[in-house]
Amino acid sequence: MTLTVNGERREFAEGLTVAALVGQLGVRGRVAVELNGEVLRQAQHPEVTLRDGDTLEVVTFVGGGA
Amino acid sequence: MDDALVIAGKRFGSRLLIGTGKYPSHEVMKRCHEASGAELVTVAVRRLDLNAKGEASLLHWIDTTRMTLLPNTALCYTADDAVRTCRLAAELGMSKWVKLEVLGDERTLFPDVEQTVVAARTLVKEGFTVLPYTSDDPITARKLEDAGCAAVMPLAAPIGSGLGIRNPHNIRLIREVVKVPVIVDAGVGTASDVAIAMELGCDGVLLNTAVAGAKDPVRMAMAMKLAIEAGRAAFLAGRIPRKAYGSASSPIEGLVD
Repeated sequence: MTLTVNGERREFAEGLTVAALVGQLGVRGRVAVELNGEVLRQAQHPEVTLRDGDTLEVVTFVGGGA
Repeated sequence: MDDALVIAGKRFGSRLLIGTGKYPSHEVMKRCHEASGAELVTVAVRRLDLNAKGEASLLHWIDTTRMTLLPNTALCYTADDAVRTCRLAAELGMSKWVKLEVLGDERTLFPDVEQTVVAARTLVKEGFTVLPYTSDDPITARKLEDAGCAAVMPLAAPIGSGLGIRNPHNIRLIREVVKVPVIVDAGVGTASDVAIAMELGCDGVLLNTAVAGAKDPVRMAMAMKLAIEAGRAAFLAGRIPRKAYGSASSPIEGLVD
């Protein structure tokens, strides 16, 4: 299935959960995920299964002041 | 003497708030944070870089046992974008404290105060503790307080400009018209700017570039800490009135002939 992650279209195996996707992205540390415009709670990450065509934003903290 | 900064019922041992951007390295940032004594630290929320696998996260370099994270909505230009960023930040940071920032112009980075007030109302309703970046306009400051913001953060000068406090009179007026803490945010260039903000009666100062961009950032962080303390002490002590002419502090009587 094709997912759009942070603006990039990528191929993934069917049946992937959000938590599994985050794992595959090689993330160290905490991330927040927005799925099709809705912010997911952390507890939802292992529960929500992704579908072909889903759009995700995966964000993290970076340096910044203002 | 207990003189803690209290925001939304939470006590902070330092009146300095510091950022995490533009440092020469994460290591230097960490040392600056230590030298500054700051207990509130701003961070930005951005897309994860999908091609930078395994890079240590920013939080690795922030002592979260000592410092409270204050995610910002930097470079958001609409209330909707800022609210969306805050919702993501809440999931990232496990707290609902945010530095709200809605900009209106790319060149000056001045805030869009109308959109800032709109976003503040929504966020307060959703249970966020909102610290908004705003202009040095007392009327807007009052609107933000009325919206339920936990502090107001007027600019000293444009973000990153280092121009210092351009309108001390307005900053003093803001301190008079609102009850919530007033934190000067953005535009300070050096320690004396910070001291002036504190002497005006402000409750704190938020800065980033003035430290991160200094030739010796760690030493400047220490200077900012001292300026906060000196300015605050001078404000509490009460300065003498300004006079037009000289007034000797040694006695006139008893001069030798």
